[in-house]
Amino acid sequence: MPNEIASRAAAAARHRAADSNAARRATAGRRLIRAASLLLGVVVLLQVLHAAGVVPLGIDTWLPTLFAYIVWAVALGVSQVLIRGEQGKRALFLLPALLFTIAMVIFPTFFGLGIAATDWNLSSLTGVHFNLFGNIATLAQDAFFWNALGNMGYYVLSVLVQYAIAFSLALLLNADIRGRKFFRVAFLLPFMLSPVAISWMVGKSILEARFGPAATLARMLGWSSPAFYGTAWAARTSIMVMDAWNWIPFIIILLLAGLQALPGEVLESAKVDGANPWQSFWKITFPLMLPVSVTAVILRIIFELKLADIVINVTAGGPGGATDTVSSFIYREYRDRSSVGYGTMLAEFYLILIIIFVSVLLALASRWMRRVT
Amino acid sequence: MRHSHGERMARRFAGRTLIYAALSLWAFIALFPIYWTVSTSFKVARDVTGSHIIPWVDFSPRWLGFRSLGLSPETIFQVSTVRAEFLLRFTNSVIASGGAALIAVVIGSLAAYGLSRFQYKFGPWRNKDISFFFLSQLILPPVVLALPFLILYKELALLDTKIGLVLIYTLMVLPIVIWIMRDQFNGIPVELEQAAYVDGATTWGAFLRIVVPIALPGAAAAFILAVVLCWNEYFFAALLTSTDAKTLPVMVASQTGSQGIDWWTMAALSTAAIAPLVLIGIFLERWIVKGLTAGAIK
Repeated sequence: MPNEIASRAAAAARHRAADSNAARRATAGRRLIRAASLLLGVVVLLQVLHAAGVVPLGIDTWLPTLFAYIVWAVALGVSQVLIRGEQGKRALFLLPALLFTIAMVIFPTFFGLGIAATDWNLSSLTGVHFNLFGNIATLAQDAFFWNALGNMGYYVLSVLVQYAIAFSLALLLNADIRGRKFFRVAFLLPFMLSPVAISWMVGKSILEARFGPAATLARMLGWSSPAFYGTAWAARTSIMVMDAWNWIPFIIILLLAGLQALPGEVLESAKVDGANPWQSFWKITFPLMLPVSVTAVILRIIFELKLADIVINVTAGGPGGATDTVSSFIYREYRDRSSVGYGTMLAEFYLILIIIFVSVLLALASRWMRRVT
Repeated sequence: MRHSHGERMARRFAGRTLIYAALSLWAFIALFPIYWTVSTSFKVARDVTGSHIIPWVDFSPRWLGFRSLGLSPETIFQVSTVRAEFLLRFTNSVIASGGAALIAVVIGSLAAYGLSRFQYKFGPWRNKDISFFFLSQLILPPVVLALPFLILYKELALLDTKIGLVLIYTLMVLPIVIWIMRDQFNGIPVELEQAAYVDGATTWGAFLRIVVPIALPGAAAAFILAVVLCWNEYFFAALLTSTDAKTLPVMVASQTGSQGIDWWTMAALSTAAIAPLVLIGIFLERWIVKGLTAGAIK
């Protein structure tokens, strides 16, 4: 009996010791994160004062702030483990990616909002001034920007054509054919090429008006003086063709995976019921493929909204802005005129439009999917 | 049975011929620009302007393009400033894309595993919100980040450095990597780790010893896809690098001479720039498809 009491007392003491140990660790963790936050705050404050010209420190970069942030991030991880034990160890999985993304996206985006409200021009000698309303007024009247935005409408619509072509090719690849491996690799390869290489070797070489093979072919087909960038629509179509060539493999891969995941029995039973291939496609394959199709098209539209490289390298927006995308326009706004403030304003405005557009698209897609299925 | 046996055979044959014709046509469309790039790098001026296409028939291949890069058989052992420049850009591209893909796969896999297995709560944020936060980065167009980063990098002395490029490329591919890896981890049964916990393994121990080996193929697919996307990136590289950290796409894009374009040099440079990815496409096709379709197909 006394033995039992003694062992119980020992267990309780162990518990208490463990508790006080945990408490001590938690205190240490809190102290650590407080110290790290203080360090970060002091460094930022010193740097701000330095930048404002109050305290001369003799450092010409903001690197100390970056290092202080890294130290703070590590301290946050360690303190999470100290304070919350097992839960803290689980948080360690998420923290690196989360802190990295927040530092790389949130800060620049808000910083960008600040820049957008100024007339910051890298080639200007008069310094930076607040110019939010001036920028908004310029944006409202900037015919070239609105033109570029209108072009984005055409480019987004071209995704539907890409989807139709990709779907036919995915169906062909899914058919019972020989040499599938060869065709799959061949169809994938355009996706591996950089838009810059495509710009030069397709846009400027194959589509060269005098001796490019595409011009030779066009002459053979009866277009006496082919000019692939002569008129607005010719140029726009040429850009769309190159972009489609580059990205159709992406859609093919998604759709092909969807086709291969279809239940075979359904198609078999349709064949037995005497449906011809055309009917069975529209009645069975296409509806079953809708979820994959919607995913592929929306992903592709999101990427299409970033289109810039081919336009920058082939036409630089010409002729007369007919091929300009928003990204390529802002790129030139910076490259040719160094106007960081106004360019950032355009970019932030575009971001807001994109967020609205994609949200509406996702909402429409999910509502439509619910109605269909 | 209105159709006779022979008629059906004929229709079937015609159908198959049509399928192969369509497949071959698209294979031609997909491959011709690559063929054109490679073959032009072996041409001389009169072959380019004469639109000659087939080597040894239309034109006799020369090493002109590769000689100007210092990569032809007779110049490969000589000192060449152009080749040094090319190799520098090539190395930059390797470091930028490989480094970014590696970091993204490591921190992306950790985050994806956490999101797949544990319930987080950061203030009002739950797992769903955190996942959406990561995925929503896909929407962000490069142009929104480019100009703020230009100023920031200047202040941080990261402009025109490989580290700066690696950081922004990591950010660019991180959402895709998380998407792929979350799909991978969701496909691994939780019971495996629970058995390890019973045997006394810790959270991190079970992850590193049990889960990582199983998820390795998925991680390889994510890595390869990330390398492809970073290798071809132009927009950030064009804005954020100038002399030291310039990558291959920027070098290709800036090849305009005052005398017009040397097409053979341009083609040789393009060939060298796309060759690694074309080889990846040929030999690692399965992995790229695996990476692209993870999570998109349910």
